[in-house]
Amino acid sequence: MPFDAESIAHRFRRLAPARVDYASLRVVEEHSNTTRVRQDVVEPAERSIDRGAMISVLAGDGIGYAATSDLTDAGLRAALDRAAHWARLSQGRSVFDAPPALPRAAGRYASATTKPLALSAADRLDLLMRESKACRIDERIVDWEASLWTVRSRQMTAGIDDGETLQEYDFTIPALHVVAHAEGLTQTRSWGGRYNGYCQQGGLEVIERSGFVGSGRTTAEEALQLLAAPNCPAGRFDVLLMPDQMMLQIHESIGHPLELDRILGDERNYAGTSFVTLDMFGAYQYGSKLLNVTFDPTRSEEFASFAFDDEGSRAQREFLIRDGLLLRPLGGTISQQRAARLRSDLGSVATARSCGWNRPPIDRMSNLNVEPGTSTLEEMIASIDDGILMKTNASWSIDDSRNKFQFGCEWGQRIREGRLAEVVRNPNYRGISATFWRSLAMVGDASTMEVMGTPYCGKGEPNQAIRVGHASPACRFQGVDVFGAEK
Amino acid sequence: MKELFFDLAAYANGQLRGGEVLLANFDGEVSDFLRFNHARVRQPMTVHQAHLTLQLIDGRRHDRTTLAITGNAEEDRPAVKGALEAMRADLPALPEDPYLLYCDEAGASDNARTGRMPSPEEAVEMITTAGAGLDLVGILASGPVFRGFASSLGARHWHEVDSFLFDWSVYRSGDKAVKASFAGQQWDRAEVARRLDATRAQLPFLARNPRTIEPGAYRAYVSPAALDELLWMLNWGGVSAKEQRTQQSTIQQLVDGEVALSPLVTLREHIAGGLAPAFDEAGFARPASVDLIRAGRHAGSLVSPRTAQEYGIESNGADESESMQAMELAAGQLPRADALRALDTGVYVGNFHYLNWSDRSAARVTGMTRFATYWVEGGEIVAPLAVMRFDDSLYRMLGSELEALDNETDWILNNGTYGGRSVETSRVPGALLRQLRLTL
Repeated sequence: MPFDAESIAHRFRRLAPARVDYASLRVVEEHSNTTRVRQDVVEPAERSIDRGAMISVLAGDGIGYAATSDLTDAGLRAALDRAAHWARLSQGRSVFDAPPALPRAAGRYASATTKPLALSAADRLDLLMRESKACRIDERIVDWEASLWTVRSRQMTAGIDDGETLQEYDFTIPALHVVAHAEGLTQTRSWGGRYNGYCQQGGLEVIERSGFVGSGRTTAEEALQLLAAPNCPAGRFDVLLMPDQMMLQIHESIGHPLELDRILGDERNYAGTSFVTLDMFGAYQYGSKLLNVTFDPTRSEEFASFAFDDEGSRAQREFLIRDGLLLRPLGGTISQQRAARLRSDLGSVATARSCGWNRPPIDRMSNLNVEPGTSTLEEMIASIDDGILMKTNASWSIDDSRNKFQFGCEWGQRIREGRLAEVVRNPNYRGISATFWRSLAMVGDASTMEVMGTPYCGKGEPNQAIRVGHASPACRFQGVDVFGAEK
Repeated sequence: MKELFFDLAAYANGQLRGGEVLLANFDGEVSDFLRFNHARVRQPMTVHQAHLTLQLIDGRRHDRTTLAITGNAEEDRPAVKGALEAMRADLPALPEDPYLLYCDEAGASDNARTGRMPSPEEAVEMITTAGAGLDLVGILASGPVFRGFASSLGARHWHEVDSFLFDWSVYRSGDKAVKASFAGQQWDRAEVARRLDATRAQLPFLARNPRTIEPGAYRAYVSPAALDELLWMLNWGGVSAKEQRTQQSTIQQLVDGEVALSPLVTLREHIAGGLAPAFDEAGFARPASVDLIRAGRHAGSLVSPRTAQEYGIESNGADESESMQAMELAAGQLPRADALRALDTGVYVGNFHYLNWSDRSAARVTGMTRFATYWVEGGEIVAPLAVMRFDDSLYRMLGSELEALDNETDWILNNGTYGGRSVETSRVPGALLRQLRLTL
């Protein structure tokens, strides 16, 4: 059945049983197309058309959900009945003290795509094959792959009474990685990150501005440089993190700890809890005074921009951390209402989202950005007497309270006496979130900013992998515990 | 679901032209998920989903599309026809694939393993009453999972399995908690109560003042659940034949015979002992068992049909990811009941968390301790341990530093539900290590 928002909303309202306090419908249709070329050979296609609906029913303090790919009247009715059954079973036994009040939303959003990506299969292959062939520069290059993943997504929400939102997205995700091997040593170098870190909303313009064209040869050359590079030294160094590592640092040690559902304990059995507690908002110095972090769903090219979250709240830009001071969590309407009984003055943001039609919304980070400072890249390098520049995340691990972390990068470069020096391989560093951000010594200006993200932010039970965006400048941190590989 | 799948596959076969071949894979589930926090209901839901993947092949050219299926033929047939037509239009633009390999035989299998699942009423009542007085958080997932394969060459395979996974933690305070699970095919209220009581019994240990230890190397007992976490890392570029052939395997030195693990380590993919289907995505039958490590030495790899064709080797039932779906580590000699006594003084690791490779060439893994992890002295639990980071090599943990493995194994159903419920399972003992390197 084609995605006819008006028809589905109309049928839902006709079918929704009058005896429930509230019901809502969210329909998602997603066309996804991934083309991959590995070692100049086209890999099997990954195309999909996914479509389905999630129905939420409210009965007193109970909320029930049911998801179905059957959008006929019979399918919607069955899902309504099932969600209502769950809601009634939960009544009086839910985590809510009082019936949640959900916003009634209406409006539209569309990606600000300037060049719709209408590449034919042959055009997509040509683009990728050129980059793939450019990787073949040395016999030590033992594997490589170029890929293009495009998604066209449409999402409609409708309440039981009135109000509809329709949000339409274009996502474009080019990627490339190269593996070099010699004398028992293997090094991987990626363009855009090994796990699709270059991901934005838009069409062909995303590829044009990304620098993907021409990335094959330069990435292969960098892989060979890493193969010849010395191991990263161990010790305490000033570290200059470039945006494609900053995105991971923000994600793991600011984003996840600020999720309100983690703070409320929902994630303790799986993703974990948080070292952040409700009393810290408005009082806790999260980082140095240079640290400014925003929730920003308004940056048009960023991966998780939208007008409404999946609970129907209108999204707007908010500071979560200003001048280093922690201000507000990442929590949607329902979480905010749950938290209100513990702290009534807690601000929030519209960021309850689901990864698809078959999962209910939970608190996510969406677009979480570090705001630019005033330093140029040259000034930051010049300020470091003995340090290491790190680029492109390769390894990440953090404890369940989001405190003790260890991250690794693909690319390191020594900084000596204010100048970039030799490349080093396998740079890693470790620290503790609660103190790491206070060592933030310089924040790059807008010229150092890059808009990155990930399609794979995971949490939730049942699990949900969702798109999030992270824009960040390069940043300098003082006195970081750095180390390399075993050999 | 079975009828739905084979009817759609037959319809799709009827749309073929000339020498076209069609492979069809089916993936579906009807799942109840009951998410709870503080022993109260957080998000209860039912998810009814089905996806059909069609691969249209003409000579050595092929294309593939996955569709969400409604279950209504009037809706699904036009979608299938549309997908076939779109793929047929694209095929001439695609080059011939030198690595295409699929099963061209007309085999058939039908494996339905039904069980007894908890009803929504029973699930909600159990969580809120049996968990009363506990800070209980987690999820109960249950229902049937379906997999199917059909080809225009006459193959028909069906796999349907009921399962449940009750996966929970009981918190004492802060981040101090006991984690447990109960998985299987026969829901047993009495067993749930017994396991909840067992977690409750550990709470007094968590009430003790946490012990903080300095980074360093410590004697450690790694529980089956923690060892399970560690071993699944081998699915991330470890046991894959393609990764090994391109020098990217995280256990490349083991594969190349440069290092060996402890002779105690024997690892295999044992499809016959798990919940995964006995056929792969290309229609080939999976062998009941594939040896991967035998007595500490590399014994085999997981080979997909595509990798087999590329490198001229035999495939052995692996999907494109070449990852284990029914992992089994052989038991050792250490009586489980003697584990703490054998540990004597050191760290009892209840669970690991957030593992990642920190040095792939050296098979080095980093991660955190989590949940019920204790400091043990003289074979007795002394105190819960503040979470610690470890960073150590599999070559040490399962090699030079492996002192013993339990003489029994736990059967563990993977709690992964990304996209859909996992059918990955494992059978794993606990491990006694002479040293585990803690770094932060």
